[in-house]
Amino acid sequence: MSGGTEIPVRVTRVTPVAHRIKRFRFERSDGRPMPYFSGGAHVIVSMNDNGHVRRNAYSLMSAPYDCSAYEISVLHVEDSRGGSSFMHEKVREGDEMRVSHPVNLFQPDWRGRKHLLIAGGIGITPFIAMMEQFSREGACFEMHYAIRTRDRGAYCEDLIARYGPQRVKIYCDAENDRIPVARLLDSQPLGTHLYVCGPAGMIDGVLTTGLEAGWPEQNLHSERFLSSQPGKPFSIELTRSGRTVHVGHHESMLEAIEAAGIDAPFLCRGGACGQCETMVALCDGKLLHNDVYLTEEEKASGRKVMLCVSRFEGKALHLDL
Amino acid sequence: MLVEGIKSRPVYTGLSIQPRARRHIFALEGEGAHALLDRKPALDDTALSRSEILYVARGSQGKGNDEALRALGTDMFFAAPTIATLLFRLRGTLTTAHMGTRLYIAGTEGFIGQAMMVALDHGMDHASIVTEHRGSLARRVQCVHCKGVTEDVTHSPFSCGHCGLPLLVRDHYSRRLGAFQGVNIDAEEPGSAPDPEELFL
Repeated sequence: MSGGTEIPVRVTRVTPVAHRIKRFRFERSDGRPMPYFSGGAHVIVSMNDNGHVRRNAYSLMSAPYDCSAYEISVLHVEDSRGGSSFMHEKVREGDEMRVSHPVNLFQPDWRGRKHLLIAGGIGITPFIAMMEQFSREGACFEMHYAIRTRDRGAYCEDLIARYGPQRVKIYCDAENDRIPVARLLDSQPLGTHLYVCGPAGMIDGVLTTGLEAGWPEQNLHSERFLSSQPGKPFSIELTRSGRTVHVGHHESMLEAIEAAGIDAPFLCRGGACGQCETMVALCDGKLLHNDVYLTEEEKASGRKVMLCVSRFEGKALHLDL
Repeated sequence: MLVEGIKSRPVYTGLSIQPRARRHIFALEGEGAHALLDRKPALDDTALSRSEILYVARGSQGKGNDEALRALGTDMFFAAPTIATLLFRLRGTLTTAHMGTRLYIAGTEGFIGQAMMVALDHGMDHASIVTEHRGSLARRVQCVHCKGVTEDVTHSPFSCGHCGLPLLVRDHYSRRLGAFQGVNIDAEEPGSAPDPEELFL
């Protein structure tokens, strides 16, 4: 399988954490240890929903050096395509599932002298593992965590208790408390790296503020997982395997290709990593690029497409697959 | 004789002034002064009031570069007698600097490499540092055998200033050492080294 070999796991604990957020603990079914990972890493969880396989990326939030289990936190999103609803409504303790090996696209820069972490909502999860690692390594860090309301803020109290209020600051939207990003970025010592994870608007805002404050782009890091957007159904022709695959309204090209039994490359399934980049052999219509991986020029050239989040509208699309 | 296409060979893209920087620090050596003087139109009053120049004349002693730089009217100007004093001052400046500070280095490769080492030591990312190569092509070379560093190498092969082995100067560059790598050229047959060529004048 293209995402690497999967690890068979058992769900050993499901814990409600906050409004619409649950934590899942996975232990290996064969009793062997989980691989170590690094803070910021994620896994792809395969969900078998009555024969229909969904795969979603979730950041690992357990301690990176604890190989007894992996833990993830899942927000039940309002307009779920099925993944988070399945995790919240169907998954029970004792269930058998499969997860991929960990992949890290949000690695801290260990040359940094200080790490400034900015989280919005469920974007806190990769930072929980990261802070564990920073703390163990004795690295200097500061967490600024924005939540919508107190009952939606996962792990606020735990993090303050663990790292102290001087290192973890909570900003509650409902109490009109916003992260003073510009002021924060003005006073950081040389060698600071910034990491942001949260809603797209927040990530864009923080990165822009960073550049405006004169920060080099090398010191600004972000992670955004996009999910495939629903759209009009279409068909694709795969030139190498000689197959035609129909992509449904709620399906991504990658999911449709996998369902047809064809092995396509992938890693993050969220338009970020570049692994599922595929060459376009013929395109009579319009490619709807939804990824953050391809450059604007590449998108405009129409020669490449990311299978995991992008779509197509038009007459014919032939892919080199 | 120089092996082409070695990836570690540094690329110096030119001293472009970063308009959003809150502080500009210019570390300049010799002819490197002109890298900044040529950008005078890009330096408005705001940029000048946020700028600090550290200059060492070395080979350009007596050419008046220091006076020209001082006349720019930056917030601070420091003329160092040697590279070592300049680097000491740079270290002090970076220790108390904040994010939003951008570093610009111009001069010979040996100087750029040494100033870059100070910056890396303060957690700056090498790709965020603006550099321009000016003046001599002379290289700072580390002998991979005795680890001694020889400055201002203009010929290849050359005799290591520390152990005396004839060394081929490679394009292979170490950012950590701020130096090119010199490798013994006649190890199999001592005495068979070709004549030195003046490659880096």
